[in-house]
Amino acid sequence: MKSHYQLAIIGAGPAGMAAAAEAAAFGAASVVFDEQPAPGGQIYRAVETPAAVDRAVFGPDYWHGSKLTKTLRDSGADYVPGATVWQVSPTREIGVTVDGSAMLLTADQVIVATGALERPFPVPGWTLPSVMTAGSAQVLLKSAALAADGAVFAGTGPLLYLVVWQYLQAGVAVKAVLDTTPRSNYFRAARHLAGALRAPQYLIKGIQLLRGINKAGVPLIRGVTDLRMLGEDAVSAVEYQRGGDWQRIEADQVFLHQGVVPNVNLSYSIGCGHTWNEAQLCWQAITDLWGESTVEGIAIAGDGAGINGALAAEHQGRIAGLGALYRIGTIGAHERDRRAAPARAGLTAERRIRPFLETLYRPVKCFRVPPHDETVVCRCEEVNVTAIRKAVAVGCVGPNQLKSFSRCGMGPCQGRLCGLTVSELIADLTDLPVSEIGYYRLRPPIKPLLLEELAELQAPAAME
Amino acid sequence: MFTKVGDGDRDLVKVIFEDKEIMAPPGQSVAAVLLAEGIRSCRETPVSGEPRGPYCMMGICFECLVVIDGEPNQQACMRTVREGMLIKRQHGVAQIGPDAKAESDPAE
Repeated sequence: MKSHYQLAIIGAGPAGMAAAAEAAAFGAASVVFDEQPAPGGQIYRAVETPAAVDRAVFGPDYWHGSKLTKTLRDSGADYVPGATVWQVSPTREIGVTVDGSAMLLTADQVIVATGALERPFPVPGWTLPSVMTAGSAQVLLKSAALAADGAVFAGTGPLLYLVVWQYLQAGVAVKAVLDTTPRSNYFRAARHLAGALRAPQYLIKGIQLLRGINKAGVPLIRGVTDLRMLGEDAVSAVEYQRGGDWQRIEADQVFLHQGVVPNVNLSYSIGCGHTWNEAQLCWQAITDLWGESTVEGIAIAGDGAGINGALAAEHQGRIAGLGALYRIGTIGAHERDRRAAPARAGLTAERRIRPFLETLYRPVKCFRVPPHDETVVCRCEEVNVTAIRKAVAVGCVGPNQLKSFSRCGMGPCQGRLCGLTVSELIADLTDLPVSEIGYYRLRPPIKPLLLEELAELQAPAAME
Repeated sequence: MFTKVGDGDRDLVKVIFEDKEIMAPPGQSVAAVLLAEGIRSCRETPVSGEPRGPYCMMGICFECLVVIDGEPNQQACMRTVREGMLIKRQHGVAQIGPDAKAESDPAE
């Protein structure tokens, strides 16, 4: 590792890997930092060394990732796994911890490719042990060949059905799928069907997943309007409301999911401008045609700048990489535009399905703005809906003030599991648009850092 | 309860959770190893003391905090098992400082 790079990329998912490949092709001194032990991001997690599960379980879309990891390995970029980036300053000073040693380095250009995370799903009892996310089920299957027999899946969105399908492919029994997609979404989505038909591969895949789930005889319970998790020391049952009636299913493992949203912690902490995306119901960094944020020299590529999926992220990574090379001065405008053209065409094609998916799987309000008093919103500081309502009633006007009122959002996850809920809940209580309520003000370090690590902070040169 | 769906692993490493010896596949996260053992919660919260276990498995939720080799606040889903690793539940607020370390590490 060097003390200065021309290009630093944070995240080794599809966007980060594609950006690195582009940069390295032109000989730019590049580094890729990633928190996981192997490249691929969450979507291609453990694709180089998948646990001993039948390859067919994950499907060909997953194995596409191995091409990208190979490109990264061959790129000549310095790839640093197990690296926690806890700060990027607007002047592109990067603070990173590797193996317990913190260091600072600089870069001419930075590409933030930190991807997405699962949208918070605050329902009563969601903090009980063995209530996890659908994404976590997939991580355990990909990286450890572990699956929970007889689990209940609840929520909405493509990933939910994909993980259920993968469980079934792996021969694991699924007790039930509690589908929270409201019926009205189907009618609204129908309007976007023409656009979706121009990307038929996604429709076909979706139909295959649902058909597979049906064929396996898994109870697919549609029209679920409320959920609660029950148990003492861990979850033991799920109760769901459908057509006004409450039903109960015994379950010792539940996976929740209602879509993914941009992981904005790093881009917010840098000071990049963000905007509320009403179609995707999330905050996203504002970027230009080359992925550059409102802070000069900081680009955002992939799902961090709005959810478009893994293949789109790859195109965005390439475009952001070329943009960075141009700003460094490695390539001219003509070369940049020429090389970006196929990626732009690819990105446009990938985005065609989005309006359909966003409308069909738009999470219903009662699972985003929790209606029950006792529902925990901030898991870290254990702040529930009642506490937030009370704070707003006595004049708390936004997420930052809510911290002083209640400690909401002040725990180690730094709002990753409550930020969206808080923005939407305050907007709902004050009858203001979410865009006016805003988000938490995030500051570095964006991951907990020991005082000891800071005290022993060094430049990478001193480590060599 | 999580169970293995693939082939068995070879060259297992031995880790200790509380007083229990666990043979774990190398390269796996501490959280995955605990879940495979049927350990559903790994800590009690500092605020109410209620039990929590792994939630996101990707390093963002901080629910799977444990004490590893005397170091508190370790994200079990982000740490890879190593031969001889000593894993303990984290009870409430992390104990820090030399006393806490000595207390949690029987070797010292």
